[in-house]
Amino acid sequence: MSGVLVFVEHAAGELDRLSREALVLAASLLSGPGGPLEAALFGPGAADAARSLGAHGVASAHVVDDARLASYAPAGWGAAIAELMAARSPAAVIAGGSDRGHEVLAHVAARTARPMVTNVVDVTAGDPWRLTRQRWAGSLLEDAELSAEVALLTVAPHVVPVEEVDPGAAAASAPAAAVLPFAPQVNERDLVARVTGREAPVAGSVSLTDAKVVVGGGRGVGSAEGFAELEELAGLLGGAVGGSRVVTSAGWRPHSDQIGQTGLRIAPDLYIACGISGAIQHIVGCKAAKRILAINTDPDSPIMAAADYAVIGDLHQVVPAITAEIRRRAGG
Amino acid sequence: MEILVCVKRVPATGGRIALTPDGQEIDTRYLGFTVSPHEECAVEEAVRIVEAQGGSATVLTLGPAAAEEQLRDAMAVGVDRAILLETDGREFDPVATSSAIVEAIRVQEAAHGRFDLVLFGNEAADTGDFQVGIRVAVALDRPVVTGIKSLTLRDGTAFARREATGGGWETYEIPLPAVLSVKEGLNLPRYPSVPGRLRAKRKEIERIQPAWSRNGTVKVGLRLPEEEGAHAEILGNGPDTAPTVVDLLVRIGVLAS
Repeated sequence: MSGVLVFVEHAAGELDRLSREALVLAASLLSGPGGPLEAALFGPGAADAARSLGAHGVASAHVVDDARLASYAPAGWGAAIAELMAARSPAAVIAGGSDRGHEVLAHVAARTARPMVTNVVDVTAGDPWRLTRQRWAGSLLEDAELSAEVALLTVAPHVVPVEEVDPGAAAASAPAAAVLPFAPQVNERDLVARVTGREAPVAGSVSLTDAKVVVGGGRGVGSAEGFAELEELAGLLGGAVGGSRVVTSAGWRPHSDQIGQTGLRIAPDLYIACGISGAIQHIVGCKAAKRILAINTDPDSPIMAAADYAVIGDLHQVVPAITAEIRRRAGG
Repeated sequence: MEILVCVKRVPATGGRIALTPDGQEIDTRYLGFTVSPHEECAVEEAVRIVEAQGGSATVLTLGPAAAEEQLRDAMAVGVDRAILLETDGREFDPVATSSAIVEAIRVQEAAHGRFDLVLFGNEAADTGDFQVGIRVAVALDRPVVTGIKSLTLRDGTAFARREATGGGWETYEIPLPAVLSVKEGLNLPRYPSVPGRLRAKRKEIERIQPAWSRNGTVKVGLRLPEEEGAHAEILGNGPDTAPTVVDLLVRIGVLAS
């Protein structure tokens, strides 16, 4: 019973950020149980992603080799990882804190009748394992103990710093990961729920989760039309526009633009929060931003405790003034 | 269509969380209670499906006696009947919770027939375990997908969509009976009417005492995360602050100088 197995997600070979966070936490764990860091990958481009994993400390990467599992099937992928877990006997199986990370690992946990601990921020191996995990999407921490033959963990998003891994330098010194094809047993029952179609994102749009700058609006924006000023500022900064739950519940913005506990978690370089008071529901969605600038009429609103910078004032005056100043410096 | 929707009573936390002196619970003395927005949408969806296609909607919760309030909230917007898996206040872990729900579903289905669809919120607002729906589905040997934000039921099949990693949507076609965990945005939940509230007040609630068990995890205690930085640096007041803001944008590298 040694080593750690990580479910690694990727988009056509490019590693998912939350999976990189899971790899960092997994590598830090190996000083405990020891043994190899291994990975499991699925889908088109998996072999490319697998080869790049040596830089992340992975010794062997198991690439699932079955056309029936090429398209995402939560139960099928979970079954494959459960089979790999039985074959490799790792001390822990870890996934990123993504939709798929939670979902696939929960299938592993359910079908092997084991406990699973989600949104872990800190972990020490042992008997019992000692963990700190997020509740309320990170506005509360729980210290917990886990007694299990295999620790099944997901890693809280945007808590573990991935910058510590320098792929370039590490790739030069680290041995490449061994890429091992893995052909699991496949039960048709586990393929019933699978992705059967895809709809591409709207062309040309900057996704909120990838944007370097996000301009967010709250109750203070006042209307759907009020977002035009935020759109203009975001456009000048190459950013994207989102909103608080108030805004999506009022129908001013589509729900897919919601930043918060029941919407998106964003991690831009700068988040500009306009007319947002800062309920916990919203703060947990934006606190991974490197910097937060709040524009708000109320200097005592909760957003001020989360923000790094603030302008006190009406966003409908302040935002257009910023936009005008950027245009003026750009020469008109 | 026979629909079961599972919800969880949680405090409405608002702007700040306070803990009890022993650090074991949230101090709820001054808080109201609610269910997660995901679950509000699950309840609304169950009611809409029954309105459009007939059948009945049932709401289930595992929680203390006071969780009756959340069951009546669901019945006030049109859910037909309610089941309370009444705990003694001890926290049930995800394994114990899903076992209790599976047991209740088996009993209900033996008496009233099969649920075509069992709905959950994507994750509980408080513990965020992301697993109870999947554990229930695996135990019942039914297909399950989480994160659903769009749903159509036609000819015994659930056509469901969820947001894909990196943007866009992915679609699923799942034969019923099935289990789905849904996210806020699936619909816009209605407010309860006064007659709806009155009707809900008079309805019977079926009560079951579920078995508590410990399954490998122990909560040691809760604590608040350390505050990062005390308070925002105030750059100024009103639109005259714009040049200072633009200087900042240049300094932190989000705007070319």
